[in-house]
Amino acid sequence: MSDAASTGRQARRNGSDLVLLLRQNAGLVTAVGLFCIVYFLYHLKHPKGFSTQVLVQNSNEIFSLAMLAMAQTVPVLMAGLDLSVGAVMTMVDCIASHTLQGSAWQIALGMVACLAAGTLAGFLNGCVVVYGRIQPIIATLATGAIYIGIALFLRPTPGGKLNEDLNWASTNSLEDFASTLGIFEDGKANWFQPIAWFPTSFVLLLLVALVVWVPFRRSVTGRTIYAVGSAEGAAYMSGLNISRAKLTAFTLAGFFAGVGGLFLAIQTSSGNADIPQAGSYTLNSIASVVIGGTSLLGGTGGAIGSIFGTCILRVISFNFRIFDIAPLLQPLFEGIVLLAAVSLGALGVLRVKNTLELFR
Amino acid sequence: MNRNLPDPFLTMRDVSKRYGGVRALEGVDFSCAKGQVHAVLGENGAGKSTLIKIIAGVVQPDSGAMALAGRPITFSGPAAANEAGIVCIFQELSLMPDLSVADNISIARPPRRFGLIDAKAQRRRAEELLAQIGCEDVNPLMRARDLPLSRRQMVEIAKAIGKRPQLLILDEATSALTSADVEKVYAMLARLKTAGVAILYISHRMHEIEALADVASVFRNGRHIETFARGERSNDEIVQLMIGREISAHFPPKPAPRALPPLLQIENLSWENRLDRISLTVGKGEIVGLGGLDGQGQKEFLLALFGVLRQVSGSVRVDGRPVPLSSPAAAKDPTVGIALVPEDRKTEGLMLPMSIADNLVIASLGNLSAGPFVDRVKEKAAIEAAVRRLKIKIGSASDEVSTLSGGNQQKVVIAKWLMTAPRVILLNDPTRGIDVGTKQELYRLLRELADQGAAIVFYSTDYDELIGSCDRVVILYDGRIVRELAGNAINEKNIIAASLNIAQTQAKGGAHV
Repeated sequence: MSDAASTGRQARRNGSDLVLLLRQNAGLVTAVGLFCIVYFLYHLKHPKGFSTQVLVQNSNEIFSLAMLAMAQTVPVLMAGLDLSVGAVMTMVDCIASHTLQGSAWQIALGMVACLAAGTLAGFLNGCVVVYGRIQPIIATLATGAIYIGIALFLRPTPGGKLNEDLNWASTNSLEDFASTLGIFEDGKANWFQPIAWFPTSFVLLLLVALVVWVPFRRSVTGRTIYAVGSAEGAAYMSGLNISRAKLTAFTLAGFFAGVGGLFLAIQTSSGNADIPQAGSYTLNSIASVVIGGTSLLGGTGGAIGSIFGTCILRVISFNFRIFDIAPLLQPLFEGIVLLAAVSLGALGVLRVKNTLELFR
Repeated sequence: MNRNLPDPFLTMRDVSKRYGGVRALEGVDFSCAKGQVHAVLGENGAGKSTLIKIIAGVVQPDSGAMALAGRPITFSGPAAANEAGIVCIFQELSLMPDLSVADNISIARPPRRFGLIDAKAQRRRAEELLAQIGCEDVNPLMRARDLPLSRRQMVEIAKAIGKRPQLLILDEATSALTSADVEKVYAMLARLKTAGVAILYISHRMHEIEALADVASVFRNGRHIETFARGERSNDEIVQLMIGREISAHFPPKPAPRALPPLLQIENLSWENRLDRISLTVGKGEIVGLGGLDGQGQKEFLLALFGVLRQVSGSVRVDGRPVPLSSPAAAKDPTVGIALVPEDRKTEGLMLPMSIADNLVIASLGNLSAGPFVDRVKEKAAIEAAVRRLKIKIGSASDEVSTLSGGNQQKVVIAKWLMTAPRVILLNDPTRGIDVGTKQELYRLLRELADQGAAIVFYSTDYDELIGSCDRVVILYDGRIVRELAGNAINEKNIIAASLNIAQTQAKGGAHV
């Protein structure tokens, strides 16, 4: 009897905790909801809607920007911006166009070199910010130019030839991935069928999010990043290691941007030091972060939301292809979505009772 | 446990600290023992905050030595002090607003599983600690931001006891609490005391100190004056110990008391839980001082009058006309004519990278312009007049204002507001950090302005100033006016007693008995 009562109480408590969590993550919930709606409409209208082919194509187009959005999230959580994520991606793209060739071992080594280069670039950003005591936005503007310079040095003109199997395996469904590698009976194993239609790039995205981001968020350093973004003074007074958190934030951003660059190279099978592309990826990464519910003031949000932010941005452009709207209107729509997302985040200003606090 | 002769746990020998030219602590010897609540008393600027900041590792002393349980120690930061078992609950909350209560409580050393933070264990820990101080109603998953101030303060306390302190410092930690919570905190302190924790307790509430403290130390002018056990000194004697500032300035003569037509009329001004039905009338030509210990609502009172705070209730009238209380722009409008010399001249008073001239005219550009353009001739004349009137020592008016000394910077702020020809002048601790000579000029200026018909409300943390320059002084305590002093009643003893709200506590006690 009392057991039943306490179970009931527990259930009620769990229920109210869930409501609390949803309310605290309103930005993320809104982004997921919005994405589901626009993506469902897209498939309904698409002649080949709900097919593996469309999913694969969408997922490939989302991957690199989603990585950059995750990269951007980490410094933004500390109320900083990383303007070099696009440049790091481009640099790694150019490195990959040189290293992803030859035997399987050489390719594996080449991939490690690419990720190491991205991580190192992020680490250097962190050093400039922490030890040089320079504002992130200007520090990364400068280092970003350096990374673009390296990319241009490595690839003065677009080119390079990547391993074709690698391209095929990474940018199609899991079944193609398995058959290229010759595993799981070339992807025909019975148990494999329920997931064989998954786009490989989508699975990779999931993997990076689950293996890197989720544990990081639950680490002490990860939480310190949130604490610094929320109230740096209070974090210091609580005896947290702030320098280490900042250094880690930029390093992790470099790693994510490196993954993005690696995939971009595999996807295009070549390297290209494309400066406008680097810039637009950087700006879109900031937009994704904001749409995904992370506050530019720091402290709230997360990389999962940013992935959905990217999805929304990309699906808007997908919809332009299938709905009969003038494609020139695309930036206008993206701008409206961005503005709406930022406005939702700014509602808290209305609750401030001491207007002097608004200017601090 | 030997209660009569406890060994000192923390000892400080000959500790001194200066901030710029101001000495905050001078040759302080201090010690506190385990299993005791040790109260630290003193008026504003007596050195209490500096003392606990040094103990908690927030600032480093210039000279002197500290020892913990006989072993010499120095702290590089608050983390090192925590490591040594010294935990401080500061007045300014140290919670991260966007993190959950559970995150905040275990921020420095969370329970871990496989190297990662164990969210469940962390939540259990938060629940246990909150239960210890009777705060079961706080859900550990709530964000600190979403809790009311009194609950945040309790979370702060839970966070501190979660660090298992050997020396716990409470700096006005009960100021934001409800009386039910205060009882719970008392009970917790009693438990910690029996467990052998040393407790340093800073409070401005005499009745709390009477109820809690085993030992009390009085500080004055950065020196440790006396330490005595509970009951050895009466309230009167304690006030006497706290009095004794060195007189450092001369004041212009006050006019004889006279009937003045009311200019600023405030009725039942309330805001949040910081201002409680304040009514005050200031006459034309009168200087009214705001007294009381720091943080009793004086700053909020001035901000409310200047239209900075939202959702203020009550009415304010200048010369019979209601003041909208909507924004500083509305307050300075010539039909109202309120000016505020703000608390922090570097962020709220001046635009440091701009020139002296730009800073001087920035509030009165409306009077100096013809159409959309500033009249350069008028502007130049106005700047020269202001510099002359306040005797501001400048090289060229086009120099950056940051090149001036503190006293001259403050003169620029005041001159800026005088250029708007205000009828009501509010000043928020205007003499902080400026030299004696400039202070005296300022007192003369205030009297001159009053004589010309302005109503002046003047908040100061320096009692001498209130005594020397004000026609009347009102003392704020907990957001309300507890005492109004005029004429000869404006003296240090009355101000300190009223600031500690002693008279009222005794009256209350008498009523109950």
